[in-house]
Amino acid sequence: MIINHPLLGPRDAAEFVYKGDAALIHRPDGMAPDALEKFIDYGYLRDNPAGEHRELWFHEQGDRSWLVVTRNTLTHEITSVELARDVARREGRSK
Amino acid sequence: MRYSGWKVIKEALTGHRGWGPAWRDATPKPAYDYIIIGGGGHGLATAYYLAKQFKQANIAVLEKGWIGGGNVGRNTTIIRSNYLLDGNEPFYEFSLKLWEGLEQELNYNAMVSQRGILNLIHSDAQRDAFTRRGNAMILNGADAELLSTKQILARYPFLNVNDARFPIKGGLAQHRGGTVRHDAVAWGYARGADQHGVDIIQNCEVTGFRIENGTVKGVETSRGFIGAKKVAACVAGSSSRLMEKAGMRLPIESHVLQAFVSEGLKPVLPGVITFGAGHFYCSQSDKGGLVFGGDIDGYNSYAQRGNLPVIEDVAEGGMAIFPMLGRARLLRMWGGIMDMSMDGSPIIDRTHIDGLYFNGGWCYGGFKATPASGFAYAHLLATDRPHDTATAYRFDRFAKGRMIDEKGMGNQPNLH
Amino acid sequence: MTQKNRLQGGLIDRSRSYTFRFDGKTMTGHAGDTLASALLANGVRLMGRSFKYHRPRGPLTAGSEEPNAIVELREGARQEPNTRATTAELFDGLVARSQNRWPSLAFDALSVNDRLSSFFAAGFYYKTFMWPAAFWEKLYEPMIRRAAGLGSLSLQDDPDSYDKGFLHCDLLITGAGPAGLAAALTAGEAGLRVILADEDYVMGGRLNAETFSLGDMAGHDWAAQTVARLRSLPNVRVMPRTTVLGAFDHGIYGAVERVADHLAVPEAGKPRQILWRIYTKRSLLTAGALERPIAFENNDRPGIMLASALRAYANRWAATPAQRVAIFTNNDDGHRTAADLHAKGVKVAAVIDTRPGQPVSTDYEVLQGEIIDTAGRLGLTRITVRLAKGGTREIECGALGVSGGWNPNVSLTCHQRGRPVWEEGIAAFVPGGTLPDGMTVAGAAQGLFSTHAALTSGAEAAAQIATDLGHAATKPDLPQAEDAPVQITPFWHVTDAKRAWVDQQNDVTAKDVKLAHQENFVSVEHLKRYTTLGMATDQGKTSNMAGLAIMAEIAGKTIPEVGTTMFRPPYTPTAMGVLAGRSRGTDFRPVRKTPSHTWAEEQGAVFVEVGNWLRAQWFPRKGETTWRESVDREVLQTRKSVGICDVTTLGKIDVQGTDAAAFLNRIYCNGFAKLAVGRTRYGLMLREDGIAMDDGTAARLAEDHFVVTTTTANAVSVYRHMEFVRQCLFPDMDVQLISTTEAWAQFSVAGPNARKLLQKVVDPEFDLSNEGFPFMACGEITICGGLRARLFRISFSGELAYEIAVPTRYGDALIRRLMREGQEFDVVAYGTEALGVMRIEKGHAAGNELNGTTTALNLGMGRMVSQAKDSIGAVLSRREGLNEPVALKLVGFKPVDPTHKVPAGSHLMTKGAPVDAAHDQGYVTSACYSPNLGHHIAIGYLKSGDQRLGEIVRLVSPLTGFDHDVEVVSAHFVDPEGERLRA
Repeated sequence: MIINHPLLGPRDAAEFVYKGDAALIHRPDGMAPDALEKFIDYGYLRDNPAGEHRELWFHEQGDRSWLVVTRNTLTHEITSVELARDVARREGRSK
Repeated sequence: MRYSGWKVIKEALTGHRGWGPAWRDATPKPAYDYIIIGGGGHGLATAYYLAKQFKQANIAVLEKGWIGGGNVGRNTTIIRSNYLLDGNEPFYEFSLKLWEGLEQELNYNAMVSQRGILNLIHSDAQRDAFTRRGNAMILNGADAELLSTKQILARYPFLNVNDARFPIKGGLAQHRGGTVRHDAVAWGYARGADQHGVDIIQNCEVTGFRIENGTVKGVETSRGFIGAKKVAACVAGSSSRLMEKAGMRLPIESHVLQAFVSEGLKPVLPGVITFGAGHFYCSQSDKGGLVFGGDIDGYNSYAQRGNLPVIEDVAEGGMAIFPMLGRARLLRMWGGIMDMSMDGSPIIDRTHIDGLYFNGGWCYGGFKATPASGFAYAHLLATDRPHDTATAYRFDRFAKGRMIDEKGMGNQPNLH
Repeated sequence: MTQKNRLQGGLIDRSRSYTFRFDGKTMTGHAGDTLASALLANGVRLMGRSFKYHRPRGPLTAGSEEPNAIVELREGARQEPNTRATTAELFDGLVARSQNRWPSLAFDALSVNDRLSSFFAAGFYYKTFMWPAAFWEKLYEPMIRRAAGLGSLSLQDDPDSYDKGFLHCDLLITGAGPAGLAAALTAGEAGLRVILADEDYVMGGRLNAETFSLGDMAGHDWAAQTVARLRSLPNVRVMPRTTVLGAFDHGIYGAVERVADHLAVPEAGKPRQILWRIYTKRSLLTAGALERPIAFENNDRPGIMLASALRAYANRWAATPAQRVAIFTNNDDGHRTAADLHAKGVKVAAVIDTRPGQPVSTDYEVLQGEIIDTAGRLGLTRITVRLAKGGTREIECGALGVSGGWNPNVSLTCHQRGRPVWEEGIAAFVPGGTLPDGMTVAGAAQGLFSTHAALTSGAEAAAQIATDLGHAATKPDLPQAEDAPVQITPFWHVTDAKRAWVDQQNDVTAKDVKLAHQENFVSVEHLKRYTTLGMATDQGKTSNMAGLAIMAEIAGKTIPEVGTTMFRPPYTPTAMGVLAGRSRGTDFRPVRKTPSHTWAEEQGAVFVEVGNWLRAQWFPRKGETTWRESVDREVLQTRKSVGICDVTTLGKIDVQGTDAAAFLNRIYCNGFAKLAVGRTRYGLMLREDGIAMDDGTAARLAEDHFVVTTTTANAVSVYRHMEFVRQCLFPDMDVQLISTTEAWAQFSVAGPNARKLLQKVVDPEFDLSNEGFPFMACGEITICGGLRARLFRISFSGELAYEIAVPTRYGDALIRRLMREGQEFDVVAYGTEALGVMRIEKGHAAGNELNGTTTALNLGMGRMVSQAKDSIGAVLSRREGLNEPVALKLVGFKPVDPTHKVPAGSHLMTKGAPVDAAHDQGYVTSACYSPNLGHHIAIGYLKSGDQRLGEIVRLVSPLTGFDHDVEVVSAHFVDPEGERLRA
């Protein structure tokens, strides 16, 4: 597979390490009263869709960016690649 | 129809006109007591034991394609019970014992072949870990033997000991491990289940569940609604897609695992050999093909195919320990979809919906589990209590922090 | 032997004669021959035996789809089993043997299987060999295994080397027949970067096997001229002897170039083969079509082959299996073979056409009918024809060409989601469904069988691709070519045959297909798996269609209703060696060496693999005869005076930014916010699931600058994790990370004289006194007169110890300097073994303890997990299962009998309780001989271990036959109060 890195252009997927569903960006607040319940869901349950999947890849043999890749799990077609940091900020994460 | 030596001879002499179907193609009835979704190895084994062992009747197996078309027909055929953890080892040892009696049980030769499995050791730390595992196996009633390099070379004289990057320092063997003719497992259980009255319905895809007041009433299928008192999901590779129809999210990701077979060769490998440091394991089928594999590709996928990096990685592992393989040719490769669970261990459990049961998350270890999985699932379905060897395989183990993590990789499915 | 079946003409080079041997017989052929063509020219038709019944077989084809003529090529370590004689290029001195026969090809003892074939019908194994149960492994299976398999491996290491390469192009064209050549010309002249790959050693595809002319020149001359033109274009790479194996995601193709398979041995320094990974924008499949046989009684005798193969042998290789041949066909193409052979002077005894109204000829007899039997034990002598007009006729012939029509070669179109679709007009499957990314198909592969259609469709497809990619394309001048329509009436098998072979290698007959149907193995996949149809080394390229057609007929369905043929990579079987490339032997994985490696080698160190690192394990000295002597000395001398160990392999991560402390506070479960500048703290990292991930230290060099260390094994994964937390979870934190593992050489200097030794190299302005630089201090310093360095007062050994880091390029100089300056203290270098002994003596956890299932609680650090902050893993570490009252705790063990070992991997049992898994109390993780205590010691996990100090427990290892008592003790065997490290 080829991942079109937003900063570096097309790179072979072998340069990257896969983590999983981009929902992992949405880490719950560990100090909230219902934290345990939220973390069990966050840590263990996955949508695992057959079709479009937003997922995290790390450019380990490259610039060390985490990317959010939107890829179809049936066809492996990639329709979008973004810096995870931009996605995380856009989706409300900060410090 | 019972297979026997006499029957084989008689049919050979009379033009094989007397062989009947190995199983009937049933048309669905309006309702069953039990519906098992998925005509793979585990589903068919479940139906068989449910009917035979637990004396239940009115059972149907629904298969969206053809039976045995999933992972039971696309794996590397290895059986073993060389597990470490208490949650796993008794279950896999139970499975190995069922394998040992399978042919007589089913009157079907699935070619269960206990030619042994060997895990290579390359470091002192690995030897310590394998010693702990071997002891756990023996303490659970299984067999294990720690072999020296010399003993290993006596059996595999062409292992690389001249210029190995990771020199071989011994191995952990399980002599009762081995291989089985994978397709025959599905066919044997199908035939056995059919003989005990189970309806096997091919080309019947489940498209939804009918659930009323938290209780399952049956399934919608491509061939219409079929009612059921109990519905048992058993669809490796499609678990999340199926259970989503019942509104469930699972502790599972689906990944592709590639497997490979070489051209037929005169015998070179007596048993199964596993080179963990090089992501390579291999055995030789009775037909002569070297059957081998390695790591999963590592990304979520429902496509039954993989990519070049893993293919090359597996070949590198093979050449690293067997430099004599260079001129053997890879004949065919394929991919299977592995439902990788969050701790690398499976689930056989009830769901929060009454009457709906789930069996899945076998990662790439489902084949060897086939008999015990079927037995334990049938036990759960018939009695509503988990089988003794499968008490740990529950959904709530993640919430309770009782993971069964053989590899110690945590909630990262592609690392198990 | 003379080349008695060598014809006139052909594309072989008669000026070059090659001598070769087959089964010990010496023969001659010519440059341009394949092994099969040379054997045929020499009058040899029998080349192999089938898999199951050991039936005598000759070549069915003249290409890579060959099921029968497979041999062991070459000798010694280069022996190649299962090599197709039909594609093996002849070279001088070639040696080949037939395989899967004993004692000889002509007399094969296991051909008795053929006599017993009615017992060996499809699926017979599943019904028998079950009585008595114990006989399977002991008798039946060994018997089957010995009989099965095809060729044999030499069992010697492959002496050749293999390379891998990467290519990028706009357009990859697979297949250099008329369509591929026309396409390459079009795309090449339009300026595209083109790769043209063909598995054959002569490009041109069927043009080399036919007698058609293209314009005013012979087809093969046009091909050669076009290839020459393409070679002259700098943007076109012409790759003969290159098989495209598979289509992978996003336009990536794998291809194998056979660099040296046509030579006796590869040229010095050159690989045997190269695996190319080809990155394409677009691809064009012009792989042609494969002829398919017809199944009839005894259709497998040597001399019976595809009509197109018979024609190819005659036209291209000037060889024929016999001087008298017949043709059996259901389509017009079969008649071409008859005409061509007749033109070559071969006697055509008859053409048998299944169709009424078949073409007539004045040169030979044409009959309407079916072949119902053949004769000839080791080679065809006679066929029996059932005439349509009634009656039968026997015809003497030594060869028979069979034409059942042509199948577009759709293999590569199936490698992703493509499903071929049925095309009634040609009675064959054509590419369908979703093709691999960017793939177009043209020519015969698309079902366009005339040469004219191949040329024009290839050129048009290439022009369209060029336009798509923004290049102006003009259609090249294409020559006039034949444009015959396809005239075919499907005919798959002669009915009521007893044994009509469908899959010749695996010995599957039409009756086996019927039996599969009878037993309900009806779906294509069931048929394939139950009968083994299409599972042989040719992957069913010539047999799948007939199997499908026969099943369709029996089941009363159409062919597409039964299913489609599906193909998976690789297109043809591929040597394991080329898939591995250079990654073998010591080059299997890269080697990482520490900065002191050269120095350690000079000291005669013994090295050990730690991941990809090589680390000094111990440093033997003269007179020491066992490793224990060396290790004991290193430990004792370090604890007595001072020792030095290269600890560069530990992961080092530089953390900088105004939020650095806040960031580490999230990463570690214990607090880091308040760590003072100039101080170091032990830190425990949890995974998000609450399990211990790694431990190490973080040193605060400045308000906004930390250096984090990790274990050697986790250096990469911890860095990845930290970047995840930084980029994905807390993207607005002002913090930057970089791995500096390779940037700094780091040495541990440990022992009572460590300070004195360091004072000799550290520049004098830096105060190393216990007050000035106390335990857990850290700082940036200079040494040896101004070399920048970092110093950490941390201790893994439990001694007064430092870790000193210098830029990597000074690592070698520093170890030499320290060893020299340390002579007055009798300094020792110590390796990983002594390091391990000292950390066990001190009770420090390492990889064996941090095994991915242990918690802070197990490690005795439960209280380190701060409740006052939100750190990774804190929440899930609070789950009930991870906080059992009887949790495993890390403790020490010593043997009750001091002469006993305490071996790692052993399990702990309560005294007097049963010894089984249900009563397991824990296990020993790390063990060693302690030279300081004079007996073996160990650490490990014991249920409620912290409350069981002093208890005698039973340590068992049934695997190794160990069973002795040990005493539970504190894991801190040496200096439990920590006085030494604070000294």
